[in-house]
Amino acid sequence: MASAPEISWFVILPTVLVVGTGLLILLIDLWMEGPDRDALGWLGIAGLIVTAIASVALWNTHEIGFAGGMAVDRFALFFNLLFCLGGILALLMSMNYLETTDIRIGDYYSLTVFAISGMVMMAAATDLIVFFLALEVMSIAVYALAGIWRRQLRSNEAALKYFVNGAFATGFLLFGIALIYGATASTEFAVIQQKLAATTPDARGLATIGMALLLVGFGFKVAAVPFHFWAPDVYEGAPTSITALMAVGVKAAAFAAFARVFNDALGPLMPDWQQVVAALAILTMIVGNVLAVLQRNIKRMLAYSSIAHAGYLLVGLVSLKDQGGPALLFYLLAYTLMTIGAFAVVIAVGRRGQPNEQIDDYAGLGFRYPSLGLAMSIFMLSLAGFPPLVGFAGKLYIFSAAVHAGHVTLAMIGVLSSVVSVYYYLGVLVKMYMAEGDTVIDAPGTRPYLMACLLIAAAGTVIVGVFPSGAYELARLSFASLG
Amino acid sequence: MTLPIFALLALLIVVFALGVILARNPVRSALSLVMTLFFLALLYLFLDAHLVGALQIIVYTGAIMVLFLFVIMLLNLQADPEERSAVTTLGTAGTLCAAFVALLVYMVGNTGIAAGPASANFGTIQTVAEALFIRLMLPFEITSVLMLVAIIGAVVLAKRTIQ
Amino acid sequence: MNEIVPTHYYVYLAAVLFGIGTAGVLTRRNLIVIFMSIELMLNAVNLVFVAFARHFQSADGQAIVFLVMIVAAAEAAVGLAIFLSMFRNRETLNADEMNLLNG
Repeated sequence: MASAPEISWFVILPTVLVVGTGLLILLIDLWMEGPDRDALGWLGIAGLIVTAIASVALWNTHEIGFAGGMAVDRFALFFNLLFCLGGILALLMSMNYLETTDIRIGDYYSLTVFAISGMVMMAAATDLIVFFLALEVMSIAVYALAGIWRRQLRSNEAALKYFVNGAFATGFLLFGIALIYGATASTEFAVIQQKLAATTPDARGLATIGMALLLVGFGFKVAAVPFHFWAPDVYEGAPTSITALMAVGVKAAAFAAFARVFNDALGPLMPDWQQVVAALAILTMIVGNVLAVLQRNIKRMLAYSSIAHAGYLLVGLVSLKDQGGPALLFYLLAYTLMTIGAFAVVIAVGRRGQPNEQIDDYAGLGFRYPSLGLAMSIFMLSLAGFPPLVGFAGKLYIFSAAVHAGHVTLAMIGVLSSVVSVYYYLGVLVKMYMAEGDTVIDAPGTRPYLMACLLIAAAGTVIVGVFPSGAYELARLSFASLG
Repeated sequence: MTLPIFALLALLIVVFALGVILARNPVRSALSLVMTLFFLALLYLFLDAHLVGALQIIVYTGAIMVLFLFVIMLLNLQADPEERSAVTTLGTAGTLCAAFVALLVYMVGNTGIAAGPASANFGTIQTVAEALFIRLMLPFEITSVLMLVAIIGAVVLAKRTIQ
Repeated sequence: MNEIVPTHYYVYLAAVLFGIGTAGVLTRRNLIVIFMSIELMLNAVNLVFVAFARHFQSADGQAIVFLVMIVAAAEAAVGLAIFLSMFRNRETLNADEMNLLNG
């Protein structure tokens, strides 16, 4: 008779909490009357807060459970906190944003929370199959969310493009996983690492092709160049709060899994993949920043900005073993705060029936709505990498890690492309403060949750920027727990 | 499993797979895909994967492909005159396949390892169940969340009336 | 005449199937056919798993195929729902016509 499966409750606790929140939202949605579903948003936020508290409580646990499938370690817990932060901010901005759309269904909130559960599982996965399934949970939820504004043609198209590209990428990822299974007879990271370390470089053919396919799949998922073509269209067409979730949550989860897979499972192949990732990083930074300059629509500009930042994150991935790991984690925190803030401002500028998404629509907003102007200035300057904001600290850590590991060219290209990015980030500020315009927007006071989101993001951007060492230490401890 | 049978099945699979990407009418593509999946299931049976072969027929051809055909019929999709020519598609397919196989041959080489004889129980429901519910229990539970998300997503997107 | 088939022959067949699927995604314009090509790619992956499961005499590979089929079903459900939603608004499922968002 076979033995019983091993269940490790600590390992699965964060996942259970988030999934449980999603289920609760689903159930309560059945009993709610009327079109106002804000309560579900609050329920989601409450659930995420509980998950964050649980993650902090688990800080000193280090366990791998479920036959090597999932782990609870500081790396996973750091990302749990990141996803809870991003998730709470995304839910806050959603509650006011949905009033300007005609999305009235509670399923928006349950799908968002399930997407976050997928992210939590992805960061904790120590097995290729667990990682893959968690990725699919997150992706399918976000495919549906991208198209949830059914009457808007752009939303339909965004969901479509996201789905086709995502499914295509999944094919590559899976084939890579299958070949690695073929090379090592296992899908557990620890076992794969062992087996690969024991083989000579000549006998690694199958695993190398598997690794290449995995890189293609990951490239699609993080929108690295030349796999980025779907991102601007999808980011522009999806409802803005979902774009924020995609830009921040999906990307962070993908990088978390990317780091685990390529550091743990494919660690022995590091010399091979480092070159490729470096090449991807260079392409992504250059193309992302250059094309952002040409954009007239702010959501597309932020999409290319996201692509460029994925390039910086890839630089961190190249120097992972050195100081790149903590830098990567810190940058993801910085990126979460800045980008969610920027998208929150985009929502604040939009109104029912008038999305005001062209950069020209921002003309003159700086003086007529000073709080909004200040917030946008903080986020744009931070994204461009100006001190003492968190974007500067993030870039400093990432590029110095690259130099420390010997990849000086990479760091130089990073710095140069950052200089290019100043043009388009500051372009928005120039429009806001030095142009005349008469765009009317809803008074910020009427959208308190959105303002709360902006406040938290702006405060985070400034505070973590001025005092980065605490967060960096957190990142360092978290990365150190990786096997 | 002998080489001639494998060669025959492989040929059939490739021919019908080409049928999927080359057919102008989407219904023909779908039916080609059904045939491809059927011959793949036969191949699985020859690989001692009895449960998987049966599931391929029941789930893949029986459920998923029926869903595809439903949607094609519902939307009354026709052949599109503005489609790319079959030559382009065939050419792309040929290049990609050749490149991929060449890469594999180069990297993996012609080591010619064959699998040994399988144990009597291999591929039966019992062994697969043991793998699925014990070693792969966590992925299995995650698929339950996956299914829930897919159902919610599908209903939200395809429902006719929005409350 | 009765030689056993080496495992890597299955991988080559899977590679051909994967290549055919990729070509379908890249060249065809009808979205349903694109999606069916993706299904071809997923089946190629299943073949690799089954072949190696046999090679290693490990049922794990076959259980993984089971899970991949579930994922394919879930993707089909959501994907076809997206297509339906699109078709209701645009009456077309031609990828060339999805150009609202370009540039």
